[in-house]
Amino acid sequence: MKLELGKIIIDDLQFAVETRISDKTLFINQEELLELIGEDSRIIEINLDIVHPGEDVRIIPVKDVIEPRVKVKGPGGVFPGFISGEEMVGSGRTHVLKGVAVVTTGKIVGFQEGIIDMNGLGAEYTPFSKFHNLVVDCEVKENIKQHEHEEILRMVGLKTAAYLGKAAKEIEADEVETYEHKPFLEAAAEYPNLPKVGYIYMLQSQGLMHDTYVYGVDAKKIIPTLMSPTEIMDGAILSGNCVSACDKNTTYVHQNNPVIEELYKYHGKKYNFMGVIITNENVTLADKERSSNFTAKLAEMLSLDAVIVSEEGFGNPDADLIMNSKKLAGKEIKTVLITDEYAGRDGASQSLADADPSADAVITAGNANEVIDLPPMEKVIGYQDFADVIAGGFEGSIKEDGSISVEIQAITGSTNELGFNNLTSRSY
Amino acid sequence: MSNKLRIVHYLNQFFGQIGGEDKADIPLRKEDGAVGAGTALNNLLGEDAEIVNTIICGDTFFNENIEESKSKIKAMLQEIKPDLLVAGPAFNAGRYGVACGTAAEIAKTELGIDVVSGIYPENPGYEMFKQYAYFVETSDSAAGMRSALPDMAKIIKSYIQKDGELKSPAEEEYLPRGVRKNVFVEERGAARAVKMLLKKLEEKEFETEYPMPVFDRVEPAEAIRDMKKTKVALVTTGGIVPKGNPDHIESSSASKFGEYSLEGVMSLEQASYETAHGGYDPVCANMDSNRVLPVDIMRDLEKEGVIGELHNKFYTTVGNGTSVANSKIYAEEIAEKLNAAGVQAVILTST
Amino acid sequence: MVKEIEKAGLAVVHVATVVPISKTVGANRIVPAVAIPYPLGNPALSESEEKKLRRSIVEQAIFALETDIDKQKVFSGEKEEAF
Repeated sequence: MKLELGKIIIDDLQFAVETRISDKTLFINQEELLELIGEDSRIIEINLDIVHPGEDVRIIPVKDVIEPRVKVKGPGGVFPGFISGEEMVGSGRTHVLKGVAVVTTGKIVGFQEGIIDMNGLGAEYTPFSKFHNLVVDCEVKENIKQHEHEEILRMVGLKTAAYLGKAAKEIEADEVETYEHKPFLEAAAEYPNLPKVGYIYMLQSQGLMHDTYVYGVDAKKIIPTLMSPTEIMDGAILSGNCVSACDKNTTYVHQNNPVIEELYKYHGKKYNFMGVIITNENVTLADKERSSNFTAKLAEMLSLDAVIVSEEGFGNPDADLIMNSKKLAGKEIKTVLITDEYAGRDGASQSLADADPSADAVITAGNANEVIDLPPMEKVIGYQDFADVIAGGFEGSIKEDGSISVEIQAITGSTNELGFNNLTSRSY
Repeated sequence: MSNKLRIVHYLNQFFGQIGGEDKADIPLRKEDGAVGAGTALNNLLGEDAEIVNTIICGDTFFNENIEESKSKIKAMLQEIKPDLLVAGPAFNAGRYGVACGTAAEIAKTELGIDVVSGIYPENPGYEMFKQYAYFVETSDSAAGMRSALPDMAKIIKSYIQKDGELKSPAEEEYLPRGVRKNVFVEERGAARAVKMLLKKLEEKEFETEYPMPVFDRVEPAEAIRDMKKTKVALVTTGGIVPKGNPDHIESSSASKFGEYSLEGVMSLEQASYETAHGGYDPVCANMDSNRVLPVDIMRDLEKEGVIGELHNKFYTTVGNGTSVANSKIYAEEIAEKLNAAGVQAVILTST
Repeated sequence: MVKEIEKAGLAVVHVATVVPISKTVGANRIVPAVAIPYPLGNPALSESEEKKLRRSIVEQAIFALETDIDKQKVFSGEKEEAF
C-alpha cells in the first residue's frame, strides 16, 4: 500500500459566496454547508464561527476536532464506514488541508467535553489553538437521548470536514509525503537484518462518550487486529469519545497519529516498521484479558522485537496498559509505553491505577490534575457554565470575571497519549 | 531581595540544647534568634538570611501530642510570619524526623511557607513527609552536622537567588520529594518514544519518564464470626448520589465524599438516585442504582436474618481520576464514622 | 480506600470489575464484578434474573467477609484463586 499525502497549507479561513481555496485561504459558503450538515431532522439549529490563532476566544464544551481531508486517487474515501463506504483505504493519494480544523461543540452530553482557548495560558496546553478553526455549534431537539445526541454531533463534524476537504481535491499540494506499507512477508524480506518493530494502538471503548470507531465499527466489538499505518491517515479510525478532554484522542490526532509519523522516520534505517495492531479497552475483565492476550499473540505472529504502546484514557484502561506490558514482556518483546498521569493536584499521588515492573520504559504526557488559571476571554463560543461540571472542573471553577481555575484535564488534547504534544512530567 | 530572608528554625530538645532523652517530654516553646546548631547555620547564611526565632519541642511530647503541637506551631508561624522554615537536621532520629516532617506539612500546606530540612533517607519522617520540604541528605548520626549545615545553607541561598523556584532534586541536591511536575520540553512525546525504543533496541541505557510505584500491604482484617449479628455498611466509588447530586460531588477528581441516609430506603429507585461519576457510561446506573450500590439485596438479606443490619447510611465518592492521597483521606474519615456507628463489616463497590 | 478502611479495623471486601488493579494496589478480599458500568447488574437480563445475579455477587462478598485469610484472595465462586 502506498499513500501520497498531499498537504495544502492554509493560513486563513473566511466565509464567502463560494467554497474554494485561493491564495492559501479557504473560503466557505456557509449556506451550502449548513444545508448539507443540517439535514438531520433532530437538529434544531447549527451556528458556524471562524476563529483564528491568537484571538481572545474560548470554545466550550468541545466534542471533537477533525482535519479536512479528501481522497484524490485510489480506492475508498475519507471516514470509511460513515462518510464513505466499506472499501479499504490508505492507498493512492489524499489531500490534507493543513492549518485548519473543524471543532464541534454544543450542549453537554456527558461530563467529559473540553475547553479550547485560542490565546493566553490555555492556548499553550492545546494543540488546536494553533489552527484556523471552523466551530460548529449544534443544537438538537429536547427529547433526544444521549447516545443519539453524540452520534448526531459526530456526523455533523465528519460531514463538515469532508465537505471542506473536497475543496482541496483539484488543488496542487504544497508538500507531498509518501508512505509505503508492504505485505508482511515482503516487508520482512526487504530488511532482513533490521529488528522488527510495531505499534500497538489502544482504543478507548467504554460506552457513551467513551467510544472509538474503526471503519464504522464500534471498537467495543472488535477483536484486536492488524492495520496498515496508512489506513489511519484516511480516517479509518475516528473518535466517538471525550474520555477526559486532555487524553481523549480527537479524530484530528488519529488522522495525524504522531507515533506512526515518528516511527516512519527510521523505517528501513534502524528498524523495520512492520505495522499496527489495534486493540480496545473494554469494561469487563474477560474482554481485557482476551484483548491483551490477543495483542501479544499478534505481536508474536509478526515476529516483533519491540513495540510502542499508546494508551487512551486513564483509570481502568491503565489495567489494560499494564496487561499489555506484562504479556508482551512475557513474549520477550521490548516495550515503550506512552501514557499520562493523574498524580493529584499536588503531584504527590500515584500516577497510574495499576503498575508492574515490566513497564520500565514509559513516556509520560504530563499530570492531568495540575491546576492552571485560564484568563477570561472576550468571546465564548458554546456554554461557559459547564466548566464547573466537566472533568477537571469543580464547584467554583468559574470566577465572576470569567476566568476559570481548572485542571488541565479539561483542556482538549493537553495530555494526549499518542505523544502529540511537548508536555511531560518530572519527579521533584 | 533587599531584606534578609527571615527564617524560623525548628529543633528538638537535644539540638535545642535543653537536654537528652530525659528532656524529651518538654512542651513547645519559642526562643528569640538562633539556638545551638542554628547559630552555625546563621553564620553560614551571612547577609542573605537570618534565623529570627527558634521553636523547640521534646520529641516525645510532639509525638504524643500531635494535634496540640500542630496547632501551636501553626499559631507561632502565623505570628512570626517567616519567609522560610528550617527543620532539624534530624539525621536518623525517627521521632525527630516525624516532628520535622509534621512541622513542614503545616507550614507548607496551611501557611504556604516553604521548608528546608536535612534527614537520613531511611528515617520514616522522609518517606512520610518528603513532599513538604526540601530535605538534604545527611548521614545517620549527628556527626554529620559538619556537612549537613553547609548543604542546607547552600539550598537556602539557591532558594533566595531563584526567588523560591528551586530546580530538580539532582540539580539542587536535595532528596526527591515524590512530586510530579509538568514541564514543556523540546520534543513531542511520540519522538521521545521512538528515541527510547531505539535505545532499548540498541541495549543502551535510558531513563524512564515515569518510574513504577511499589504498593504497601495491609494485614487482612479478622473475618466476621457471626454475620447474623453484624452491622454491615455499603460504600462505593461509583458515585451513586441522590438525584440532583445535592452536594455537587465532582464527576472527576472528587474533592469530597457524600454521606446519605438509607432510613426507610428498601431499594434505590430510579426517580431518587443517579450517578455523578464521569468515567463510565452512566445510563445503566441511572436507571437502577442498585446495580452499583446493592441496597435492594442488602435489605433482603437483612429481612432474612443473614446479616444483622444494614447500616442506615451509605458513603459515596467518585473514583474517576481522584487521587490516591484524597481517596485515603476520605476512607479514613468514613472508617472513623463507621467505627463510631458500630459497623463491623463493609462492602465497597467500584466501577 | 479499601486498605484504609481495613487499617481502621473493619472487615472489608472490594467488589470490583478490574480485579488486577485491586490486586496490585493490595485489597485483601476481592469479589469480581460484572462490568464497569454495572458492577452488580446486567441490563441484558430480565429484572428477576438481574436480581438473582446481584444476590449471588453480594453473597460472595458476605462469604469473603466471613472467611479467614492470611493473604490476598479473589472470591469468584467457581474458580478460587489465592496467590
